[in-house]
Amino acid sequence: MQQIINFIIRNKNFLLFLLLFCISLLFTIQSHSYHKSKFINSANFLTGGVYNSINDISSYFNLKSQNEILSEENRKLRALLQNSGIKADSVFIDSTKFNKTYRFYSANIIKNSYSLTDNYLTINKGKRDSIKPDFGVISSKGIVGIVDRTSRRYGTVISILNTTSRISAQLKKTNHFGTLKWSGKNPALVQLIDIPKIAPVQKGDTIITSGRSSIFPKGVPIGVVEQFNLDAAENFYEIDIHLFNDMTNLEHVYIIENVNRAEINSLLNSDE
Amino acid sequence: MNNIFSIHTVRFITLVIVQVLIFNHINFLGYINPYIYILFIALFPIKHNRIIVMLLGFSLGLIIDLFMDTGGIHAGASVFIAYLRPAILKTSFGTVYEHQSVRFSNIDFGSKLTYFTLLTVLHHLVLFSLEIFSISKILLILQKTLFSSIFTILLSVIVTIIFSRKTK
Repeated sequence: MQQIINFIIRNKNFLLFLLLFCISLLFTIQSHSYHKSKFINSANFLTGGVYNSINDISSYFNLKSQNEILSEENRKLRALLQNSGIKADSVFIDSTKFNKTYRFYSANIIKNSYSLTDNYLTINKGKRDSIKPDFGVISSKGIVGIVDRTSRRYGTVISILNTTSRISAQLKKTNHFGTLKWSGKNPALVQLIDIPKIAPVQKGDTIITSGRSSIFPKGVPIGVVEQFNLDAAENFYEIDIHLFNDMTNLEHVYIIENVNRAEINSLLNSDE
Repeated sequence: MNNIFSIHTVRFITLVIVQVLIFNHINFLGYINPYIYILFIALFPIKHNRIIVMLLGFSLGLIIDLFMDTGGIHAGASVFIAYLRPAILKTSFGTVYEHQSVRFSNIDFGSKLTYFTLLTVLHHLVLFSLEIFSISKILLILQKTLFSSIFTILLSVIVTIIFSRKTK
């Protein structure tokens, strides 16, 4: 017993180092596996509060470009409204309130990140605004990510610029679908894999979400094909996609809730 | 004693805030960021217990991780250099360190630079290995380590020169 205590006292530095290093390794491994419960995330009161108050100031600096993005979106929506045949003077029914598959919430990005290999964003909406994990996040131009963790007032989003993120995507012109992931190198390019060789892929083709995952509705724009080649086994394409979204300049985003998600998931799980 | 404690508390908080709010958003050439917060570990008084340095390094790294959503990579890298600090001090300062008489304000520039370089490169190597976490991307790890280290060393030297007190 005496010897054991002596050993511990003699090596206390090394043992403490080993303990602390193992704890940080544990946190690291947890952060690398998709959707494990994490203690260390920026959706808490302290970090969320700091980012929120700084964002109050720094959001003024890119007010002009954000205004242009929003007015461009308004123009698109207005064109859609005019051409949809709905008369502006007909009785107005707020159709967002009932009987819809998808609900939309608006939020602001208070912390953006794109230079790491696993990027997480922080938004200023949380449980209080009925945001829950696994809601989709898009901007006016295209896809942004998936809600990961929420606290009372803040939430974290797994960006598509995250090597653990996997999103189902397809070609717009045909229904060939594959998986969207990120290689960790260029924040403007993401990779689409598992598109079968038979698909007629061409440079400049538009890629959209496939709606198979019950997170995003079908047809959310992602990007255009920049270049493509066959993988090592020569059965599937590996496609580099240039994102429509400028992930380095994000401010206003929309969060999508699929109302029927629980039902779809229970149906899928009952098959197993 | 009281004075020394307050200096280090202020330094701790300032470095965290500056790191999180300014230096994490530089993204020079897309991905190069300096990690200036390791100055706290580098400049911590030598005569203090090794255990205190490790515990402080761990909490410093964990706070940075909390802000950046990076799991435990900064905590791990900070604990690593806090543990190896005596060895690095010995290699860079030699016999002066043996007598426990090193003061960061009055050592020559060359050995100071060696000290910062060793500390920074080790920290960044562990940091990016943990971040990327895959041996097949070793080139990416080395590339990020090299460029970010240059940036961090440059900034650390500049910061220490600016904030050094000339009272001897």
